[in-house]
Amino acid sequence: MALVTPDNHGLRLWTRYAVLLLVAVIFIFPLLFMAMSSLKPDQQLLSDTNSLRAFLPVGDISFQNYSDAFDRAPIGVFVMNSVLITGATVLLTLFVCSLAAFSFVFLDWAGRGLIFSVLLATLIVPYESIFIPMLLMVSQLPWIGFEGLEWGWLNTYRVQIIPFIADGLTIFLFVQYFKDLPRELIEASRVEGASWWMIYRRVVMPLSGPVIATAAILKFLFMYNQYLWPLMVVQAEEIRPVMVGLGYFTDQLNVPWGEVMAYLTIITIPVLAFYLSLQRMFIASVASTGVKG
Amino acid sequence: MADVLLKGIKKSYGSVDVIKGVDIDIKDGEFVVFVGPSGCGKSTLLRMIAGLEDITGGSLKIGGTVVNEVPASKRGIAMVFQSYAIFPHMTVRENVAFGLTIAGASKAEKDEKVQAAARILQMEHLLDRRPSQLSGGQRQRVAIGRAIVRQPEVFLFDEPLSNLDAALRLDMRIEIGKLHKSLGATMVYVTHDQVEAMTLADKIVVLKDGYVQQVGTPMDLYHRPESLFVAGFIGAPSMNFMDVDVVSRDSDSAKVRSAHVAEFAAPTWREGVPGSGRATLGIRPQDLHPVDKGGLLVGNVTLAERLGIETVVDVALSDGKRILVSLAEDRVFEPGQPIQLTFDPERAHLFAPDNTSVAA
Repeated sequence: MALVTPDNHGLRLWTRYAVLLLVAVIFIFPLLFMAMSSLKPDQQLLSDTNSLRAFLPVGDISFQNYSDAFDRAPIGVFVMNSVLITGATVLLTLFVCSLAAFSFVFLDWAGRGLIFSVLLATLIVPYESIFIPMLLMVSQLPWIGFEGLEWGWLNTYRVQIIPFIADGLTIFLFVQYFKDLPRELIEASRVEGASWWMIYRRVVMPLSGPVIATAAILKFLFMYNQYLWPLMVVQAEEIRPVMVGLGYFTDQLNVPWGEVMAYLTIITIPVLAFYLSLQRMFIASVASTGVKG
Repeated sequence: MADVLLKGIKKSYGSVDVIKGVDIDIKDGEFVVFVGPSGCGKSTLLRMIAGLEDITGGSLKIGGTVVNEVPASKRGIAMVFQSYAIFPHMTVRENVAFGLTIAGASKAEKDEKVQAAARILQMEHLLDRRPSQLSGGQRQRVAIGRAIVRQPEVFLFDEPLSNLDAALRLDMRIEIGKLHKSLGATMVYVTHDQVEAMTLADKIVVLKDGYVQQVGTPMDLYHRPESLFVAGFIGAPSMNFMDVDVVSRDSDSAKVRSAHVAEFAAPTWREGVPGSGRATLGIRPQDLHPVDKGGLLVGNVTLAERLGIETVVDVALSDGKRILVSLAEDRVFEPGQPIQLTFDPERAHLFAPDNTSVAA
């Protein structure tokens, strides 16, 4: 048996840190490249790509690309749209999927095993494969809005939100987490006279911080990165999300790389802020549920 | 307060019968303990009383009302779980008041009842702490506090002390005993620890394989066990059993002997003891005493455990059969040392050879 001495314990610790640092660098370099490139004129940006200068704030540095990017596209509108669509979808997903998971785990109803299996099976169906039928469906669905009954969902916020609320992966995450909650807590609540709704609201959800954070981050990333679906269902500029807005920066002849990088840097900020605010709970959940993020 | 009446209670999971027809009468204010080996159905039975498990057959009455279909919260019971089941995201105060909050009680009422419960359990200084800041014993107090504030007709305890260390277990056992005396409530308590059962219970129900083996006071079960199973289960160390031949019997005793037991007359109040042939003799380790000569049993010491207040001696009889002797004194025995043992014949237990346990 190998002895752990203070010396080799220290060595192992340093090795571990070195590996983690390497992985961190690999992940952070693209972000660094993006941020640094957004400060450089196109010609320098392209010439720097063959050296480490690409990751350093050197040469002709300015915020001109940001100014040009704001001139080219209504970035504020796109970011606000994405935050609204993503935020609404995340909140509704958390509510609907946690309720569904609660029912699968704690309520006793016929066929729940079968239905849960079907739900899990939907995880292997890529969204892209059902977008065309979904498009046909939403184009014909009626909607009762403030102005009364109208036909078609195209060119609305709701068409970007509602189809993505119910989600097998999120339900699965909640189910796995709820299963690990001590059964006695639920039974104690029942004995104390709590209704199922109270148990959900006062006991189960307050104890589910880590899985809420995980589900929220995963959903946030998925929704924020939506490109194909909004491209198909939204034509109006005022309700476009950020990824579709990227199209403003490309044409057949010329790509203003500096502005693209500036745009990408701006739209990355909400993602980083959201992730960092929930990071601690996210890691706790991934560690405790054994589910990879 | 209320009595609890179980009549022909059955529980099945699919084709597996767990509780196979149980009749128990728990009087108002009584402290009843369910004991039995793992898997005997004692916790299932308690959970059926609580309303956490459906009842497959039979009837359950609490306070004279059949409650088979009544939800847990409407049965007038409170339950304390082995794992405490206190809510980690709430303070002690919120935990204790949980049932009252659910019932929509006013803040004043909650405060008053929580304070009263905290006073009884001496945890007034803990009310604003979170469960993570409490020791195991304190957590169990919180769980008991939550039960008290609901002023239930029946308290149910599911192995409440199993997660505590030995010293705390003793303290909490005494606390629960005091609580029963002060509240005078009906209490049903599940444990596999027979010391808890013997010290707390007015009445013990011994269960095995989904059947009630015997119901009685702790001393009834200890001194007059009706079956080999109860005799072996109640008492520590377990009762010694030996095969003997019945030489003759009259109305209240039978003369027995075997290769390693000299002939003596054992009491025969138990049913089924034959007038001749084989029987099983049971003697508690505490009823055996070493003597210099004329012992009823002869053997050699194989091991002696000195516990200070008690010495437990493992003795091999002439045919290799092992028995235990428990002496209420600190005494030195050497391995291999010859030993003669005697006992009061009146304290011997004679069982029919096929008397094992109750079954359908």
